[in-house]
Amino acid sequence: MASIRGEKSHRIIEQGIQVLINLTHRGACGCDPETGDGAGLLIQIPHKFFARECQSLGFTLPEPGEYAVGMTFLPVEKHPRLNCEGVLERIIREEGLGTLGWRDTPVNGDAIGRVARASQPYIQQIFVARPAEMDEDAFERKLYVVRKRAELEIAESDIEDKEFFYIPSLSARTIVYKGLLLAPQIANFYGELSDPHAASALCLVHQRFSTNTFPSWKLAHPYRYVAHNGEINTLKGNVAWMHARQSILATELFGDDIKKLFPIIEAGGSDSANFDNAVELLFQAGRSLPHVMAMLIPEAWAGNPHVKPEKRAFYEYHASLMEPWDGPAAIAFTDGRVIGATLDRNGLRPGRYVVTDDDLVVMASEAGVLSVPPEKVKRKGRLQPGKMFLVDTVEGRIIADKEIKKRLSERQPYAEWLKENQITLDQLPEPVRVHASDHATILSRQRAFGYTDEDLKMVMEPMAAKGEEPVGSMGTDTPLACLSDKPQPLFNYFKQLFAQVTNPPIDPIREEMVMSLISYIGTERNILEETPENCHTLKLPHPILTNRDLEKLRRVSRGDLLAITLPALFNAKDGEAGLRSALDELSRRASLAVKSGYSLLILSDRGVDKNYAPIPSLLALAAVHNLLVREETRTQVALIIESGEPREVMHFALLIGYGASAINPYLAIETLEDLAARGYLPGGMTPDVAVKHFTKAINKGLLKTFSKMGISTLQSYRGAQVFEAIGLNKDLVDAYFAGTTSRIGGVGLSVLAREAQMKHEFAFRPVTDADTELAVGGGYHFRVNGEYHLLNPETISKLQRSVREQNFSSFQEYADLIDTQSRNLATLRSLMKFKKARKPVSIEQVEPAKEIVKRFTTGAMSFGSISKEAHETLAIAMNRIGGKSNTGEGGEDEERYKKDANGDWRRSAIKQVASARFGVTTNYLVNADELQIKMAQGAKPGEGGQLPGHKVDEVIARIRHSIPGVGLISPPPHHDIYSIEDLAQLIYDLKNANPQARISVKLVSEIGVGTVAAGVAKAHADVVLISGDSGGTGASPLSSIKHAGIPWELGLAETQQVLLMNDLRSRIRVQTDGKLQTGRDVVIAALLGAEEFGFATAPLVAMGCIMLRKCHLNTCSVGIATQDPELRKKFTGQTEHVINFFFFIAEQVRQYMAELGFRKVDDMVGRVDMLDVQPAVDHWKAQGVDLSAILYNPPLPGRVARHCVQAQDHGLEKALDHELIAGAKDALENRTPVEMRFSMRNVHRTVGAMLSGQIARRYGSEGLPDDTIRIHFEGSAGQSFGAFLAKGVTMTLEGDANDYVGKGLSGGRVVVYPPKTSRFAAEENILIGNVVLYGATSGEAFFSGVAGERFAVRNSGATAVVEGVGDHGCEYMTNGLVVVLGSCGRNFAAGMSGGIAYVFDDRMDFTEKRCNLASVDLEPVIEPRDVELVRGLVERHCKLTGSKRAKNILDNWAEMLPRFIKIFPHEFKRVLGVSRTGQPYIPGQPIPVPELVEALHG
Amino acid sequence: MGKPSGFMDHAREAATRRPVAERVNDWFEIYQDFPEEKLRTQGARCMDCGVPFCHTGCPVNNLIPDWNDLVYNGRWKEAVRQLHSTNNFPEFTGRICPAPCESACVLGINEPAVTIKQIEKSIVERGFAEGLIRPEPPKFRSGKKVAIVGSGPAGLAAAQQLNRAGHWVTVYEKADRIGGLLRYGIPEFKMEKRIVDRRLEQMEAEGVKFVTNAHVGHSVPVEDLQREFDSILLAGGAEAPRDLSVPGRELKGIHFAMDYLPQSNKRCHGDVLDPAADILATGKRVIIIGGGDTGADCLGTVHRQRAISVHQFEIMPMPPADRSPSTPWPLWPMQLRIEGAHEEGGIREWSIATSEFTSDAKGDVKQLHGIRVGPPPKFEPLPDTEFTMDADLVLLAMGFTGPVRNGIIERLDVKLDQRGNVATTADYMSSVPGVFAAGDMRRGQSLVVWAIAEGRKAAAGINKYLTRMQEARPAKPKANSNVRRDLISV
Repeated sequence: MASIRGEKSHRIIEQGIQVLINLTHRGACGCDPETGDGAGLLIQIPHKFFARECQSLGFTLPEPGEYAVGMTFLPVEKHPRLNCEGVLERIIREEGLGTLGWRDTPVNGDAIGRVARASQPYIQQIFVARPAEMDEDAFERKLYVVRKRAELEIAESDIEDKEFFYIPSLSARTIVYKGLLLAPQIANFYGELSDPHAASALCLVHQRFSTNTFPSWKLAHPYRYVAHNGEINTLKGNVAWMHARQSILATELFGDDIKKLFPIIEAGGSDSANFDNAVELLFQAGRSLPHVMAMLIPEAWAGNPHVKPEKRAFYEYHASLMEPWDGPAAIAFTDGRVIGATLDRNGLRPGRYVVTDDDLVVMASEAGVLSVPPEKVKRKGRLQPGKMFLVDTVEGRIIADKEIKKRLSERQPYAEWLKENQITLDQLPEPVRVHASDHATILSRQRAFGYTDEDLKMVMEPMAAKGEEPVGSMGTDTPLACLSDKPQPLFNYFKQLFAQVTNPPIDPIREEMVMSLISYIGTERNILEETPENCHTLKLPHPILTNRDLEKLRRVSRGDLLAITLPALFNAKDGEAGLRSALDELSRRASLAVKSGYSLLILSDRGVDKNYAPIPSLLALAAVHNLLVREETRTQVALIIESGEPREVMHFALLIGYGASAINPYLAIETLEDLAARGYLPGGMTPDVAVKHFTKAINKGLLKTFSKMGISTLQSYRGAQVFEAIGLNKDLVDAYFAGTTSRIGGVGLSVLAREAQMKHEFAFRPVTDADTELAVGGGYHFRVNGEYHLLNPETISKLQRSVREQNFSSFQEYADLIDTQSRNLATLRSLMKFKKARKPVSIEQVEPAKEIVKRFTTGAMSFGSISKEAHETLAIAMNRIGGKSNTGEGGEDEERYKKDANGDWRRSAIKQVASARFGVTTNYLVNADELQIKMAQGAKPGEGGQLPGHKVDEVIARIRHSIPGVGLISPPPHHDIYSIEDLAQLIYDLKNANPQARISVKLVSEIGVGTVAAGVAKAHADVVLISGDSGGTGASPLSSIKHAGIPWELGLAETQQVLLMNDLRSRIRVQTDGKLQTGRDVVIAALLGAEEFGFATAPLVAMGCIMLRKCHLNTCSVGIATQDPELRKKFTGQTEHVINFFFFIAEQVRQYMAELGFRKVDDMVGRVDMLDVQPAVDHWKAQGVDLSAILYNPPLPGRVARHCVQAQDHGLEKALDHELIAGAKDALENRTPVEMRFSMRNVHRTVGAMLSGQIARRYGSEGLPDDTIRIHFEGSAGQSFGAFLAKGVTMTLEGDANDYVGKGLSGGRVVVYPPKTSRFAAEENILIGNVVLYGATSGEAFFSGVAGERFAVRNSGATAVVEGVGDHGCEYMTNGLVVVLGSCGRNFAAGMSGGIAYVFDDRMDFTEKRCNLASVDLEPVIEPRDVELVRGLVERHCKLTGSKRAKNILDNWAEMLPRFIKIFPHEFKRVLGVSRTGQPYIPGQPIPVPELVEALHG
Repeated sequence: MGKPSGFMDHAREAATRRPVAERVNDWFEIYQDFPEEKLRTQGARCMDCGVPFCHTGCPVNNLIPDWNDLVYNGRWKEAVRQLHSTNNFPEFTGRICPAPCESACVLGINEPAVTIKQIEKSIVERGFAEGLIRPEPPKFRSGKKVAIVGSGPAGLAAAQQLNRAGHWVTVYEKADRIGGLLRYGIPEFKMEKRIVDRRLEQMEAEGVKFVTNAHVGHSVPVEDLQREFDSILLAGGAEAPRDLSVPGRELKGIHFAMDYLPQSNKRCHGDVLDPAADILATGKRVIIIGGGDTGADCLGTVHRQRAISVHQFEIMPMPPADRSPSTPWPLWPMQLRIEGAHEEGGIREWSIATSEFTSDAKGDVKQLHGIRVGPPPKFEPLPDTEFTMDADLVLLAMGFTGPVRNGIIERLDVKLDQRGNVATTADYMSSVPGVFAAGDMRRGQSLVVWAIAEGRKAAAGINKYLTRMQEARPAKPKANSNVRRDLISV
């Protein structure tokens, strides 16, 4: 809230609080419904109020600006409190300031929740005087120094309860009121906010939904300058680099005081807190707040050719200063004078604003947070990706993004500076000599670096052939690196982290424009200065260096760019000692090199020979990186890796993630050259092409890996360490990978040395024909002498025999093979054993198997990934035993909703809702017992998928509501889940559509999954599923199958622990899956905290799967993972096989329960105390593994339930739909048309979904006749207006609406137009929010106004007219019809494969700037039927919304028509051409329109 | 993998046998050449399974999917190497192995399996033809010496492995030629003996010493071996034949298969045999007792010797034409097999037990008296099914009971297992330190491919043993290898 003219009033605060209250649904409360995750507000110092108050306290305040107010949180106990106060006063004194006095801030403890009260600090305000000689800015800087000193000193003191101490704000301009509150509590808690004398011209409010950190008083927003909605994905890297660059920070403004500010980034903060710390430094050091924001959160300038050169130079200059802090982020910021907000490049957070005619601005995450009479609205708008919105209360005006950026770009001659200082590889002289490949020695070197046959055959050759990372299927079942007998690359001990729920992954292909592999290397300079030298860097377009590139760098001599090569080898025979001393020596030489002025350190393992083995490249890098960080010289050099080791995407990602600037994978290059020279690459590919393809594949893979984590640029991925280590011991991690989580201990330097020795020994023993050239590998495909696989010929055939012959004892044999892993350690659970029960029970006392099997589910496998026969066999089996099967993400044939004549039911109890929303109609939702939101998948967390057109046959297309032959893309994120509050919204949407179904959220194990699960519990999910990393897949990139996610044991244990410690476990059921195969697996899962269990691979094997691992090729020879009609005939699986499998499992579970003394599964859930570590594991690696993190049992009182005992409160009773349903009684019962009127506000969410559910229950997907239920609304609609609206309902809204209008539209009609009394031009103002019509399958929508980003994303059948859209319009659209009567944002039609869009190109820049032409053709609208179609829709739009724009177009039709452009997807064109007329599609030739219309509507 | 849809696009095809009328007139191998183009197509049928059951179905764990793909892609040189990395003698198994890999082939679940054996044979033949298979003498010598007793597939495989590992290897063979069963058990028409010679040449060039007519425990004292060698491998096979104890067994004209087949092989070598000991089927009515592989070998040999008639009796019931449900995939199927010899003539009968032989006055066998029996395990005689059949030559091919006693086993005093085979540790070492056993001698009667597998594993065990010994004490000087011949009293 702000007054543009800077007029202070109490009303601004009042309204700010009102806004906060109207956004309550976006926050979270924990186990105690009265305790929120935090809320707060920031206002200007209310001088009048304080003047009065202080007077009564006996001291007089000087004029505004001459004093500062410090809001302080203090220990409650008197003694430590006084201690803290004393320290603060002393520091104030020492810094040359004076304390005027203290004021006890009156607070009302009764206004807040029990948990909040328990941790409530004592809150006081301190008043500090500004010395007369000090100007305001200098005063603020001093206050900054005071605060930092006080924080540090008290944190390091031994004052009791010092953790209470915190200074929310200390400024002469602004003050922050915040706490562990719910939005409505703030005014009651801080009574003075209601004092009429409390006045401000601006008010920044925030309510928190914490997901990555525990809620606390300190971590409530706003911070001193910002309030943040989102996440900083690149946080680890940003913080590390901020620390690293501290040593060279300098500015005249602070002089010696600068040291007092260290550490710049406070420990223990959240991402937002850390971000605020960085903002504060840059701001106080002299940059304006908008400048700081543009520097930290730059627009996507690199991939956008339309960015103005000056602006590009501004961003590029700053990119060489600092890596971006990558969102998703909407940041509101203020310094008390300007107030504004910015959105990161991806624009994944909503920001809507209104400007009124009395110059008030309200901006919030939602529209309608404050009711403003329509006639008073001057303008409505939204935050756009990468753009800034700014109010300058002193200048008294709104400053447009363009002007801000223009001003910033003109500050300095950035372009000239770049031209003079920045260097590219092309500018460097050609090297005299380049390393050539050497066939004679390549084999021993490949062996020394651990290359396997599979590396060549399954990873490198495909990359060289296609320029893409290879794809595999069926997950992984090999041992963790720390349990494997084979020597592993160090890389294999790490797992990629990925985004789930709290931050969305990105689509690096369709949204390539935000991605960048560019990096700047060289010596970093003082970021507080702005000099030409700051951009004296070497710019690399991507991180892979050819041998030629590297030689150029090695010889570089420009400015202060100077390179040195340091050997990264060790004497193999010296083992651990040798490795350690080589690392020390390498680090020492690196340190010396930095001191001697080298700016590029090339760590090289060239020169491997009989004596010398390579130091694992990641270890060499980490050793040097760490030493330089300690010596605070890290930012002065770039580390470049010249190594034979890296050969697949994960290797490169790790090297970059731990700080490498560039990598020369010389042996990988040589290997490809060698393969090419020997003619082993397809089509006689030349070595050059092979290397080029490989580089391309790695680069694409890197972008994919970054995007999984929601990171857009290589710069901010570098050093971000977004990995978790599995099986590295503490010493090793502390020494080389500090900051990386490694929870189970494991191997250290000695094992790494031994692994290097093993490879080295193999490399340099004589090569004979009796060996394969390279080790067989066996990591992907089973091989004797390769890696162990849980699913091997023996286990597969034993399992199949046992279920086919219904032979429990052969099942036991199978299970023994899996469970007795003493010789073949593979999983964490193989290291566990059961404790002896004090009182075993007899097996008869254990609950019967038929009860236990109800807890079993089958995994989400879509119809499409597996055949109809396989899918239905599973469903029937699960329905027969009372378990649950899962549709997967491909929808479900409606004919399966009815039971078969024999009583069998082919309906899947669990309906999955995944990112593509294929086939997610209202009818689909109501025919479910459980709705599962898939946030991630074990085999490829953070990634989308693609079903190529040739697999989309008539049936699949019908069920997925798409067009046969047209490819289908699953986006990486759910476009309606960019944050935890969005997830809560989707849960609410689904619960509305089907109140009887329980809602489950599927997560994948990684560090932090417990906190996410707690968020999920707070978002009111009924079930959370923790998937392991090893689960199956129909198709995933191999690096994802192998390297993303962690075992379920860790994720489940963490989830159970976090839920327990937050007392949330009682509210949510926990399920786990990921290669569960035996009764023992189930019992361990139960003891670790799961009450339900999912299986996918094992039941498939029971049905005949033989792990061909060819699901992605559609060539499954046993008819399971194929749609080929001939292959499907080969399916021989039977329902009984599946049932036998589950009963065998249950029977085994019972046997274990009897031994453990449990009668009911519920008694067993969470009883981790019954688990122990398998003693005396005699394994050279496993010895170091420590499971105590998994087996930790939080000491909690008995009343804290260890399993789910109560239902979630979904708050459905407050839904407006109850009134709609009551009003529509006649229509529902007798199809009698009805009409209703309501007014609404943003708190009315998901309106129409519950009503639609009722319609679908009664009338199926047919719905009601058109217009049977007509509802008129007035006001601002909350999120998900018209979600899943069923056929027969028309909802008209006069006003505006938030995000997700018409989500999953299922035949209904939504009409939105601005209030008739409003004065602005509809086509220029924002009307509806982001992600409108997401996953709509049919129906109509007319919007007289502008929509936000991603309009009609994944539309697969709805028809819509709108008057303007933001970025990414019609993304991933597969069917339907969209007409845009106004301007479009960027990247229109990205990934669009079906349907048609018509755009009225009013700015005449659509073709050039707006559209992503990768998958669509643009054509004029000239075909008569085309013209007729568009005109008809515009006429309808005009009639339904009263649109002036439409009327204007119609009035001038002849003139306007040529400005329409038809957006026609290639694939759609192709299938229309082929399938309808039998003629192949000829580019450029028009498709007959009747067929087109038929295709769209037929 | 070469072609994901290969198995859908191409039907199984393997080399055909030469016409019966032609092949029974000679002793050449019965299979025709298989064109390369077709072979590559067959390679394309391999599905490159994530879990290749063939690979464990094969006792030597051949890297089958790998070389199938290499063949499909025409990368012969690497195929030859991959093949030899698990199997020393693919030219033997490619001819005479019953191919358990193929019965474990995943494609075999519902389609004819990949022609693995054909591909194996083609790779190795191409390897020989193109000179890719050359002697590979070790690059260094450990100074350790190993004596291998028996030159069948187990002994030879072990010999090659150990020699390549750098140890001095001497192979002792009691017969006049090296090769054991490969040479004297397997008829020429299944594997021409030049195939064995070719491999032996390679091994000799690599440094393996062969000593023939050296019957360890008889003509060669065991103690000499123990004195001169660091380790001994027993690979003497399971040559004690199972006998038929019925009246008339002692009659003339009743012979063990392994007395009959070697003679035929010697004739093929051009040897002139002692007419008194000759066993020939020419002009005779022949009955072969035993329906297994050896029986079939006898059968083919009998055909080529032009018998008047030949019957083959088996006590077990006739197996089903297709895989029996009791042996589901990927198990070795119980199933009727029709070998080349069966195509060539003769009558096979099942569920027949022999009760007596009768003779003419000269004591030559003339009749076999038999009866039909019920299924195992009782083999109950069926009433009124007695019959008599004329026979001039009866060949007993009923399998083997274990190693021949009364020789090296007793001299060394190695412990035997319950079945009478040499008992060993997991490293294939017998109860006597330094003495190892492999092949049929350890395992009992089995396939050539198992013998190779055993030989390789025993070699690994011996290598480990010798390496440890090396670490424990440096090699002591031993008699020079060229004086070793002196030890042997020929």
